[in-house]
Parts: sequence; C-alpha cells; structure tokens
Amino acid sequence: MGLDSAVAWVGRATLNGVASVGRAASFTGAIVRSLLDVRTWLPLAAAQVRRIGVDSVPVALFIAVFTGIVLALQSSYTFTGVVPLYFVGVLVAKSIMLELGPVLTGLVLSGRVGANIAAEIGTMRVTEQIDALEMLAYEPVSYLVVPRVVAGIIAFPIVTALALVAGIGAGWLTSINLLDLSTQEFVRGVRMFYEPFDLSYPLIKAASFGAVVTAVGSLYGFFAGRGAEGVGIAATRAVVVGAMLILVLDAFWAVVLL
Amino acid sequence: MIRLEDVRKSFGKQVVLDGVDLVVQSGETVAVLGRSGSGKSVLLKQVARLLRPDAGTIYVGDIEMSGADKATVMRVRSSMGYVFQFAALFDSMTLGENVALPLRRAGMSQEEALPRVSEILETVGLPDLGARYPAELSGGMRKRAGIARAVVARPGYLLYDEPTTGLDPVTTAVIDELMLQMKQELQATSILVTHDIQSAFRVADRVALLHSGRVHFEGSPDEVRQSEDPLVRAFVEGRQELWPPDSV
Repeated sequence: MGLDSAVAWVGRATLNGVASVGRAASFTGAIVRSLLDVRTWLPLAAAQVRRIGVDSVPVALFIAVFTGIVLALQSSYTFTGVVPLYFVGVLVAKSIMLELGPVLTGLVLSGRVGANIAAEIGTMRVTEQIDALEMLAYEPVSYLVVPRVVAGIIAFPIVTALALVAGIGAGWLTSINLLDLSTQEFVRGVRMFYEPFDLSYPLIKAASFGAVVTAVGSLYGFFAGRGAEGVGIAATRAVVVGAMLILVLDAFWAVVLL
Repeated sequence: MIRLEDVRKSFGKQVVLDGVDLVVQSGETVAVLGRSGSGKSVLLKQVARLLRPDAGTIYVGDIEMSGADKATVMRVRSSMGYVFQFAALFDSMTLGENVALPLRRAGMSQEEALPRVSEILETVGLPDLGARYPAELSGGMRKRAGIARAVVARPGYLLYDEPTTGLDPVTTAVIDELMLQMKQELQATSILVTHDIQSAFRVADRVALLHSGRVHFEGSPDEVRQSEDPLVRAFVEGRQELWPPDSV
C-alpha cells in the first residue's frame, strides 16, 4: 500500500467513523424525542416486554446456573486450606450480583435480542415496510424503536434478577452437595459482606444494558443495507457493538457507582 | 395537482434525476415510464418525501414538500395512498389489520373500520381473507391488498410504484382494472410508475418517458403510440437497437 492510498484509507475511515457517530447521536435524539409520543409506543411496549424478557428467561437461567456451579467449585479449589470455606458463599454471591449476573445476561441478550431486533427492523427496511409506516403518517421511531427500548429497560433487570437467584441458588446447591459446606455456612458467607446496594447495582446496570442493546439493534436495523446481505451485516454489527458497549458501560458504572 | 420543477437527485457520484419537470393535473393519472434504474421510484418517493431532492421543488397541492416541516408532511401523507412495488404489507398483522391501519390512524377503532375494510377487500377481490397473514397470500393477492390499504381512506393522491411488475398477464389486467376503478371512484390525482407500457396505456391519461434523468417525452397514450421519437419507439416496441448504448 503506497503512502497516498494509506492516507486516503485513513481519511475515509475517519469520515466514516464521524458519520457513524453523528448518525448514532441523531438516532438517540430521535428516540428521546419520540418518548413523548406515548399514544403510539405505549400499546406496543407490553408485547415487546414479553418477547424480549419472557422469551429470554430460559437461556439467561441456563447461563446463570452453570456460572453458579463453576464459581462455587473454583472458589472452593482456591480457598481450601487457606481461607474458611464459607467464603465460597461470599465469592459466589458477590461475583454473581455485582458482575457476572448482569454482564453475562447482558451479553447473552445482546446476541439474542440485539440480533433479533436488527434483523426484524432491517427486513422491514429492505421490504419498504418502514416507508409504508411513514406513508401511513406513523413516526417509525415511535412505532418500532421506542417500544423495544422501553421493553429492554424493563425486561433486562427482571431477567437479570431471575439470573441472580438462579446463579446463587446453583452455587448453594453445588456447595451443599459437592463441597464440604452446609447451608448455614453458605448463607453466612452470602450475608457477610452483603450491602443493600448490591441488589440495586446490578439492576441499574441491567437497565442500561437493555437500553443500549435494543437501541443498537434498532439503529443497525433501521439503516440496514439492501437485501439479505444488508440484514445479515446489520444483525452481526448489532451483536458485536452491543456486546462491546455492555463492557464499556460495565466499566463506566464501576467507576461511577462503586 | 402535483408539480415537479427541476428536480435533481444523486446517490454519490451517480446522477439519477437531472432536472425533472412534470405536472399532474387534479384528477389526472400520469404514467411515468422508463427503464429499470432510470429513477422512476426515486421520483415517486420524493413526491411523498420519503426521499428529499438535492435541488428543485415538488408541490403537492399548495404544499412544497421538500421544504415542509414534519407535521405538514404528515398531514399531506394522510391524504396520499402509496402502493409499494412489493406491497410492503406488515408481516405481523393480518390482511384486515393492514388495510384498517389508515382508518385507525384517522381515529377509528378496529370495529368501526371493519365495514369499510370488508367493502374494500371485496372491491379488490379478496373477500373473506381479512384474517389471513401476508405470508399466506400469493404475489398478486398481496399487490391487491397493497392497493386496498392505499385507497381505503379515500385519498386525494395516489402513487403507484410498479404495481404490475412480476405478475402474469391476467393478474396484471385485474390490477389495471382496479386502478381504473379507483380512478373513477376517488377522482384522485395519480402517478403510476411502471415499465409496463400496456398497463400505462390502459390506465393513464398522459405518459411521461424518463431518460437520462429527465422527462424525455410527454403525451397522451395516442401521442406515444404515434410518436416517431426513436427512444419512444424503442420503449414501446421493445427494440434494443434503437436505445442509445450505455444509457438507462
């Protein structure tokens, strides 16, 4: 690659990057403005809560259960002979509540929900259904995007709360069945460093993950390119960018709230 | 009346419309013909402000669409029916719900809309199919359903984007008949974008041929039939040798 073409490539990449940020900012502004159009999005939000939340529960619980099992076994392996074994309860509960519960649930839902939204809205874009909505004098962001974003903000914390219970429950069952630990000892560990904020912190994070995953899926679907390939690219980018933003937000909340 | 003045539109370096002038009088149907990629659908989308022109003005009635605010555009759109090339029915809704949408947007409940929905579905030859989903319909049925949704609220303007593309001759004749019927019933000001010359002759009062981003020829169907213009002859007779090479 010659110097000229390298400079041209950097210039194009910079312009594309700036354009993408501008488009995302403008889209976010449209979402915020459309929140006022309650008459359009409110009747549609309940169905989206069911689709985004209820339908995601099995996969979220599956991940949480196995995370709880592995955490209990690994912490026992680490602590044995060094730290009292009831610290297994501390590590399982703290890890799942503060980090693994919300983040793993967010990442799983980023794949499931983000891709689904991008593919659905992207298909509507390429089949002119979004144009049809506009012709029927509906505001597409109010009709398609806001119900999903609101549903994400509501459903992600609910699914995350269930995942916390499942993960800690799985850690407890593993501890009393596979480790030399009683229920009393496990619960003693869980309660030892518990703060009420440990419960609101993951739910705050989950709500922000829900907003980001649904908004990113909607954004990529809304601006999907032509045909099946365009929809496929939109779905892939929604998952990748959604997952990256979850990790960025995770660090952001740790800095701001802890 | 719909009036386009010096309308221009490019996508990147590709110039699609390069100064289109066109007037559609009230109650008139104008067919816009042109080869694939000649910018016919782009032109139609600009009339509905689904796309904005780079330059030029588009009037729908007294409203200049490219500069109008969102509320005004919404108001104009509620007086328009748009028939999309592939119908653009909403997959998640039944046929009845699709057709009822313009009425519901105007404030009717699904129950209040039902008599008019049934009436229009019968008109387009789809009675008793209101409970079906778009995926359960054939291509021709979907097109007719798209027309039903476009006309159910009795719009003053009708925009047809290739309504007969990909259909067999019999279904094409049915759609043409339907467009004529809507023309008589609604007296709507209509633009029909098509590359189906026979369909244009049957339905339109005037025909405009789009070439190189401009209206190359404009006239009544009889004037088109009698024209000696090589491009018009090439299009009407399907003679590739009369068409300039490397142009659409």
